[in-house]
Amino acid sequence: MNHQEGYADDVVKGFLTWSIIWGVVAVLLGVVISLQLAWPQLNLPPYLTYGRLRPIHTNAGIFGWGIGSFMALFFYITQRLTRTRLWSPGLARFQLWLFNVVIALAAITLMLGMNRSKEYAELEWPVALLVVVLWVIFSINIIMTVIKRKEEQLYISLWYILAALVGVAILYLVNNVGIPVSLTKSYSAYAGANDANVQWWYGHNAVAMVLTAPPLAIFYYFLPKSTGVPIYSHRMGVIAFWSLIFMYLWTGAHHLLWTPVPDWVQTLAMAFSIMLIAPSWGAVFNGYFSMNGQWHQMRDNYLVKFLIFGITFYGLQTLQGPSQAVRTFSAFIHYTDWVPGHVHMGTLGWVSLVLFAAIYYVVPRLYGREIYSVGLANLHFWLAVTGQLIFSITMWIAGVQQAVMLHATNPDGSLHYSFMETLIELYPYWHGRAAGGIIYFVSLLIFVYNIVKTTTSGKQIQVSS
Amino acid sequence: MIEKRPVILLLLATAVIMVGTVVTMIAPFRWINDPKLRIAEVKPYTPLQLEGRDIYIREGCNNCHTQTVRPLLADVERYGEYSKAGEFVFDQPFLWGSRRTGPDLARIGGKYPDAWHYRHTADPQSMVPRSNMPKYAFLERPLDTSLTERKMKALGFPYAPADIEAVKGKSELDALVAYMQKLGSDIPWRKEARAAVAGELKNPFQDDKTVLAEGKEIYGRDCAQCHGAGLEGGIGPSLADIDQPDAELFKSVYAGIPAGGMPAFGETLGKDRVWKVVTFIKYQKRH
Ligand code: HEC
Ligand code: HEC
Ligand code: HEM
Ligand code: HEM
Repeated sequence: MNHQEGYADDVVKGFLTWSIIWGVVAVLLGVVISLQLAWPQLNLPPYLTYGRLRPIHTNAGIFGWGIGSFMALFFYITQRLTRTRLWSPGLARFQLWLFNVVIALAAITLMLGMNRSKEYAELEWPVALLVVVLWVIFSINIIMTVIKRKEEQLYISLWYILAALVGVAILYLVNNVGIPVSLTKSYSAYAGANDANVQWWYGHNAVAMVLTAPPLAIFYYFLPKSTGVPIYSHRMGVIAFWSLIFMYLWTGAHHLLWTPVPDWVQTLAMAFSIMLIAPSWGAVFNGYFSMNGQWHQMRDNYLVKFLIFGITFYGLQTLQGPSQAVRTFSAFIHYTDWVPGHVHMGTLGWVSLVLFAAIYYVVPRLYGREIYSVGLANLHFWLAVTGQLIFSITMWIAGVQQAVMLHATNPDGSLHYSFMETLIELYPYWHGRAAGGIIYFVSLLIFVYNIVKTTTSGKQIQVSS
Repeated sequence: MIEKRPVILLLLATAVIMVGTVVTMIAPFRWINDPKLRIAEVKPYTPLQLEGRDIYIREGCNNCHTQTVRPLLADVERYGEYSKAGEFVFDQPFLWGSRRTGPDLARIGGKYPDAWHYRHTADPQSMVPRSNMPKYAFLERPLDTSLTERKMKALGFPYAPADIEAVKGKSELDALVAYMQKLGSDIPWRKEARAAVAGELKNPFQDDKTVLAEGKEIYGRDCAQCHGAGLEGGIGPSLADIDQPDAELFKSVYAGIPAGGMPAFGETLGKDRVWKVVTFIKYQKRH
């Protein structure tokens, strides 16, 4: 079937394999650093300290697992939505090779301490340049396929894909401008408060262009595919699309509330963050309304379960995010464990659940085999959700508790607790988070086992795509 | 319509993305670098401090420590005067961070004597037993100075050849400590704290044995690291036989002795707890 239609799917398989491998690495490192916070003796200086491993964790998660899967699924979706073979499968194969070189180099250089220190833009300039090359060849391949397409209409998923391609390019180029001193060392071209403002314009829009637009593209494609009924409203998707990509760019400074960045930039960020609820929930409602009359599928279709839980976490995430952008609440939870709670509801709940669904959908079709075990897929689902909820909930409680202690004062106006007194209270929560992380890791191993078994010994079938 | 024109869609999306970008990212270049925000006392980094800063970046200390004090009561009392834009003009990159697993370091300069930093960085748990900061004893190795001059040039910081010479032979830890001591100390905020002790100073717990247990606990947590578990001294002088009126001891502890490396505890402990630890110290002398 797929081969008859002539789609280039080998490279989709390649990207999926590697993104899953990097995903396992990312989650394993997440577990390691969560244990290091609880038991500092697990730091093994110089290479394996928390300070060096945490950036490897975030980079492996966002770039290895996130972007790696997006590349696979964009190739898959774009070919099908355009009914056109990939413009250049050769270029895509080179891209896979380069992708793995870049991620491996990123891990090695960060471990050696070559680090620009800006969050999610840590890679030193030679590696960052390779990232640019990677993104350019990826974009050309997708855009050329779209231009040569046989299907005239562009489905909403393609809109998000195209926006993500330009969005990431602009963000990455601007935030990485630097002054090289040697091959392994450079300084940011911007200074102080200005550097901070550029960085968080980048940082928050990495959330928009990497952790929101691509998973939305995937969600809009795979939800109708999994349920068998079309998306509720294309028009609603279009309106939400334009307002989303318009509003996101104004909100970076909500990471910099109460800092020396000008007040008006902070205030704009706060206002636009609240307005962002509308387009975000546009997508959530579109998902829910598409389920009208189909809710029974939540019981019998594990793909739908992953997707609907995913979009629900997205909905919660986009209510929690705007509340964190309000100055008074930020004063309280900023810098505390609350924020990792927010981050991992997004990455483990929203992004990863949607990716799992897409991979469970795609792999049987690519290999012409039935899924090895629906039971294991369900087990994977419940363990993943449990692990993620334990992680986020313990961190929200920890964050609020530390915030309350840090702000507590005595009648004479002095502070009631020293910093260490507040930190000691966090240990039990950090143990809980590590347990949640381990549960999530186990669920991931079950997923990998199920996928590997599917490709090697799933029942042979002819499924239509 | 756009549904059928991918190139137009791409251009339009780019334009839409650029609106917020221009207003909130590009335009502020002008406001943030306003010369009015400059602070004359804020000096560029010396070669040794800059090398220390690069080690801070290399080790990813910014994953646990922030460097910006917010104008909030709890921040200002715990860490010192709130941060001003003009204090960061030489910071490329900025190191404000996003997570306070450890305390803010924007004003760590001058809080502790060098000796405290040497011991703490190499083995934090020896000073603060339940800290989760990693041990950085390996930083005692020699500093690589081959790029120092190029770094100073790249950032346009002034230096004399003697400054570059002075860096040679130092350890990485020397550089890191030099950087720590510079942080936040350009503007003269610490001296003002001294004036904060005012009014009549009378120990409300004099001869009150019920506060000794708490005084001992505070001592163990906040003082023993420098004055020794048995008051025998270490980084700070011995307090075992100290013969001073309660009011004098109170002043030293409440406002600190910035020049000598004794931190101020007034704002983190408050008057009552300072009196309790003073009572504890005096009681040890008599027994
Ligand atoms: C895992 C998180 C973590 C990392 C990484 C870390 N620290 Fe810390 N740091 C802490 C904690 C927690 C404290 C508070 C307890 C203590 O004093 O040890 C602290 C305290 C400090 C203090 C004393 C602050 C004060 O006001 O008492 C300094 C100075 C410091 N760290 C410097 C550094 C430097 C320099 C690095 C990098 C080489 C670093 N830290 C890396 C967690 C960390
Ligand atoms: C970072 C190390 C450090 C810590 C922590 C510390 N001190 Fe000190 N302290 C010093 C140093 C150094 C001096 C000497 C200052 C000078 O005289 O120039 C000193 C001086 C003193 C003095 C004055 C002694 C004299 O002879 O006049 C008193 C009293 C004192 N400290 C009490 C305390 C108490 C009580 C605590 C805990 C709440 C404490 N210190 C915590 C380092 C420290
Ligand atoms: C179960 C698996 C995971 C565990 C146990 C874990 C653990 C952690 C820990 C301990 C931190 C540091 C928090 C702190 O600074 O206090 C962290 C940060 C982070 N992790 Fe994870 N992680 C996991 C999975 C992931 C995945 C899959 C992704 C991405 C797709 C991810 C993205 C991030 C990001 C972006 C941060 C930085 C957050 C911030 O700056 O506030 N994590 N993680
Ligand atoms: C309307 C949507 C959203 C808004 C307004 C929003 C707002 C915020 C705010 C204000 C912070 C800073 C918290 C602090 O440090 O005090 C934050 C952090 C973060 N958010 Fe969101 N959020 C939204 C959606 C999402 C989504 C969907 C994700 C997907 C994973 C996400 C991932 C993150 C990450 C990774 C960080 C940590 C950044 C860092 O400190 O390193 N957010 N968000």
